[in-house]
Amino acid sequence: MTSIRTLIDKAGWPRIIIALLLLSLFLAAPAVGVRVDQSLTDTIVRFGMNGVLVLGMIPMVQTGCGLNFGLPLGIIAGLLGATLSIEFGLTGAGGFFGAIGLALPFAVLLGWGYGLLLNRVKGDEMMIATYVGFSSVSFMCMMWMLLPYHSPTMVWGYGGTGLRTTISLERFWVHILDDFLAIRIGQNFMFPTGMILFFALMAFVMWAFFHTKTGTAMTAVGSNPEYARASGVSVDRMRTISVIMSTVYGAIGILVYQQSFGFVQLYNGPFFMALPAVAAILIGGASVNKANITNAIIGTVLFQGILTMTPSVINSAIQSDLSEVVRIIVSDGMIVYALTRSTRKSR
Amino acid sequence: MTRKTFRQSLSRFWVGNAVPVMFVVLIAFAIPLSRFSANYLVGEVITRLGRDSFLVFSLLIPIMAGMGLNFGMVLGAMAGQIGIILVTNWGMTGVGGLFVAMAVGTPLAILLGWAAGIVMNHAKGREMVTSLILGYFINGVYQLVVLYIMGKIIPISNSAIVLSRGYGIRNAIDLKTMRQSLDRLIPLKIDGIQIPVATFVVIALLCLFIWWFGKTKLGHDMRAVGQDMKVAEEAGIKVERTRIIAIIISTVLACYGQIIFLQNIGTLNTYNSHDQTATFAVAALLIGGASVARASIPNVFIGVILFHTMFVVSPTAGKQLMGSAMIGEYFRVFVSYGVIALSIVLYAWKRVKEREQSRSSLRGDQDL
Repeated sequence: MTSIRTLIDKAGWPRIIIALLLLSLFLAAPAVGVRVDQSLTDTIVRFGMNGVLVLGMIPMVQTGCGLNFGLPLGIIAGLLGATLSIEFGLTGAGGFFGAIGLALPFAVLLGWGYGLLLNRVKGDEMMIATYVGFSSVSFMCMMWMLLPYHSPTMVWGYGGTGLRTTISLERFWVHILDDFLAIRIGQNFMFPTGMILFFALMAFVMWAFFHTKTGTAMTAVGSNPEYARASGVSVDRMRTISVIMSTVYGAIGILVYQQSFGFVQLYNGPFFMALPAVAAILIGGASVNKANITNAIIGTVLFQGILTMTPSVINSAIQSDLSEVVRIIVSDGMIVYALTRSTRKSR
Repeated sequence: MTRKTFRQSLSRFWVGNAVPVMFVVLIAFAIPLSRFSANYLVGEVITRLGRDSFLVFSLLIPIMAGMGLNFGMVLGAMAGQIGIILVTNWGMTGVGGLFVAMAVGTPLAILLGWAAGIVMNHAKGREMVTSLILGYFINGVYQLVVLYIMGKIIPISNSAIVLSRGYGIRNAIDLKTMRQSLDRLIPLKIDGIQIPVATFVVIALLCLFIWWFGKTKLGHDMRAVGQDMKVAEEAGIKVERTRIIAIIISTVLACYGQIIFLQNIGTLNTYNSHDQTATFAVAALLIGGASVARASIPNVFIGVILFHTMFVVSPTAGKQLMGSAMIGEYFRVFVSYGVIALSIVLYAWKRVKEREQSRSSLRGDQDL
């Protein structure tokens, strides 16, 4: 009995409830005529699409900067990389990795500025991160119209200026990771090996980084800033590095997302992209000041699993599309729950 | 000596009013570019004063209680919309319909405000971000209710507002006789400009209420809680209860504000009307010179006038300047978010500095 109690305490009620919900959806799937193998494929693909974005939450949480609601800033860096790569006409693997290469300097620069800002507003990071995200997305809305891009695939046909709202990656680097060594079993099952390998690589880099000297110093800053300062760690510097890392992961994450999705979404596209990523890591058992790679993996599987299964299963069961509402209630409910949970320790 | 104090007072004025002054300058450039006539602009601004002031007022009391900008005011807006939907379903018309909508919305708003207050008491120190996400969350619940439960569990007899599948409310509801029924209750036209006299009377009454509320025992308690929760607690004020009341009042006012807003617009966009409510209300208040910790009645009016002048002018100004009206539209959205970002950064910055100061003074004591 006590072991069950400790297990529940350890996993946390929300995670258990969501896991049970997901399990029951998978069990109910055959009964309402939804193919399980197809659903599994969708879940895995969506896990791969969102995984790197969710990993991007970890560094900032670990140094006490809170949940990165400013993820859109990293996404913007990624979008700049993607559009520049298309502008230069890069295709295939070169196009994808070219986009990453082009996005990195923007991500580092934006992340650095964002980090300096967050260092001056300790205690209010999350609110400010949210509005840094919102205002940078709306600023870029103007920029997408004004920046001197020329590639005919991206620019509006009439008028000749301003980028389209969605740009197809069809002739550039669509599914470049998804199709790499992809395993197909039957008609309905596909395992996107390349994308999962890429996620594993990104997760490994994150893991390795947190085991370096700088990485451990970062964790120390998050768990006890006073102690970290006393042992000669520059708190502000560690926080800035973590914000840059989060932003870089955001930039790479959106590129992974796009290559699978097949389109680059500009303008208001990135507006609410932080919320699913934040919700995923929280569902995985992270809190406002503690997160690790396991949280990111479990959370993304559970959250994306729910998002995949609810439309198909619930639609077939009760003939109405509840998916959007379920998405909002699960993700934002989870975030509100987490915000009211842990009291701030780092003060 | 006098020069120094003059300089000090000048810098204090600048620090306190930088945002409104910047906006006056911005608008002074944009108005000639837009080539709107003065008559048209004045008319637009008067309409928008009537439409939006009430909503902006709903933000004042939580600020007084030290809870920052209540982005959770959208909860009240949604309660108001449910009131409007039900009233339309019951076939009520005119101003009477509006008041019934308010009466229906009030208990809902109280309930939602009470829940929001409890949630925010569990998230002290990060009320704003919590209220923002709570708004998104309740929006999900609102959609569940309006899109699936209305017409299935809650009976909706008026087929004009139900989706063709038999349940769920249509995207847009025409408010027909309720349209501008309050605005035109006391008709007055000056120089071709319709003046919403009755709406202004309601807003004046609200100003009076807020002014009076500040003088009551509860109002004083709220200020004390806003200053310092610990001190207030020790002085025997029930801090958590006071904070919950502040949010309830804010939510109820937002409910009425949204109903006034909708009667002016004339259509309810069931799923979008409340999307930007909090953002625009908060941006307007901040542009009027308020901060996260301090807001007054004049801030509301100055803010609504400046924000909405910019709102009207920027698409055409953008077209003249950049050759595209879209740029102007994106610009005004950017300004709304940007001004909120700027204000909360300045406020947080100040708070960090104060904290550092108090810490260093504490350290001095320990040395002795």
